[in-house]
Amino acid sequence: MTKFSSDEVTGWLNQMQDQLQSLAVADDPFFMIGIRTGGVDVGRHLHTALGLQEPLGELNISFYRDDFSTVGLHPVVGPSQVPVSVEGRHIVLVDDVLSTGRTVRAAMNEIFDFGRPSRITLAVLVQRTGHELPIRADIIGHSVDIPDNEQVSLHAQSMTVSVGHKVK
Amino acid sequence: MRRSDPQFNQFHKLHHFLSIDGLDKATLTHILDTAEGFTSVNDKSIKNVPLLRGKTVANLFFENSTRTRTAFELAAKRLSADILNIDLVSSSTKKGESLLDTLRVLESLQSDMFVVRHSDSGAADFIARHVAPTINVVNGGDGQHAHPTQAMLDMFTIRRHKGAFENLTVVIIGDIKHSRVARSGIAALVTLGAKEIRVVGPQTLMPADVESLGVRVYRDIDKALIDADVVMGLRLQNERMTSATIPSTGEFFKTYGLTPERMRLAKPDAIVMHPGPTNRGVEIEASVADGEQSVILQQVTYGIAVRMAVMSIIMGHGEEVREAEMSQA
Repeated sequence: MTKFSSDEVTGWLNQMQDQLQSLAVADDPFFMIGIRTGGVDVGRHLHTALGLQEPLGELNISFYRDDFSTVGLHPVVGPSQVPVSVEGRHIVLVDDVLSTGRTVRAAMNEIFDFGRPSRITLAVLVQRTGHELPIRADIIGHSVDIPDNEQVSLHAQSMTVSVGHKVK
Repeated sequence: MRRSDPQFNQFHKLHHFLSIDGLDKATLTHILDTAEGFTSVNDKSIKNVPLLRGKTVANLFFENSTRTRTAFELAAKRLSADILNIDLVSSSTKKGESLLDTLRVLESLQSDMFVVRHSDSGAADFIARHVAPTINVVNGGDGQHAHPTQAMLDMFTIRRHKGAFENLTVVIIGDIKHSRVARSGIAALVTLGAKEIRVVGPQTLMPADVESLGVRVYRDIDKALIDADVVMGLRLQNERMTSATIPSTGEFFKTYGLTPERMRLAKPDAIVMHPGPTNRGVEIEASVADGEQSVILQQVTYGIAVRMAVMSIIMGHGEEVREAEMSQA
């Protein structure tokens, strides 16, 4: 079990913030959307640090997952809240951990049901090995190389990250 | 209890949705919480989610109901399912044999889910016991027995507008005896822990054993309405009554009608509900039905999200059952 302290995680967030800052264009501001729940936790920190004017969008991807017929509905995390139109906008999609890529695929499918963005940038706190789809993050806080039976977890309260064996 | 209830499959997952009886508080709450997730579907440009894409839902309506049928149709479509509307009202089916024949034909049309509405109590249960194991059945109202999706959308409405059930006094007015809406609603309120449930109506329209359901009977509507948080009207159902059990609709309105004066006895922030269609001037005055405290139209909207929740919950475990079927084949 590896633990990353809140100082280390803050360091990653600062790095992400810098990269996002250089992305910002005055006449075409990006609209940030976090994927519930970890992506919203990360998104809130970035949203505040960047002083974004529009509210943070929050996506519940439960209904877009690809494993419905095998495992049924995942725990409910409340309705999606996308208070700003995505039509023609540059979207920054935020998640805590990128592993297989299926969550991001589901999120993108959902975003496109809201409208047609001009561009989507993917920002993740941690990118780990285990890609199953051709999806990569544009902005990464930290990368880890771990075996399949281990998982990365963000602890939102303390803003620490742990890497340990998968819990069944 | 849970194990033998026909609504649960061999993996103890909810597989059919037939009645509120047999479902615990956690299950009902899960349905309400899931429905919350579906309330934002309307905010999107594409007003659906892909959950039931490629699945076929068949509306088996042996009894007329444009309202309920349309609601289920819309819920299925919002889940991206294909829908078959099968009108069985014109074909007179004798209980038992013909029903099974109809079922076999429909199964060969490869439907994944049946929504059943029937004038016989127990019809949905009967169908659930006779379909192939992978098919899910939703009770859209059977005789005078149950209307569980209506109960759930009523509970969703109450929770959304009034909060926790433990604090609430709910009053149900009208033809309780013939109302499957009332029966399912009372069962849900009891399971969810409502503080107090009051029923009021003419004695001829009140079941003899109603207090055993966990409610208090009132003869006087004015007394029943004091400090009520939720006031639920019921449609006076002419087609259900085989004998003249009320003197006239005018008399009914005079004694039991929901008027603005009577509503002043309830709490000022009380909500007024009705499953629809409302008989203005019979069980409710137009100004109350259309007034500020009325959430009747919202009930209809919430009904979509609630039915989406029910359908997705029961359909979400198909693979386990299919695999079990295949390994036994």
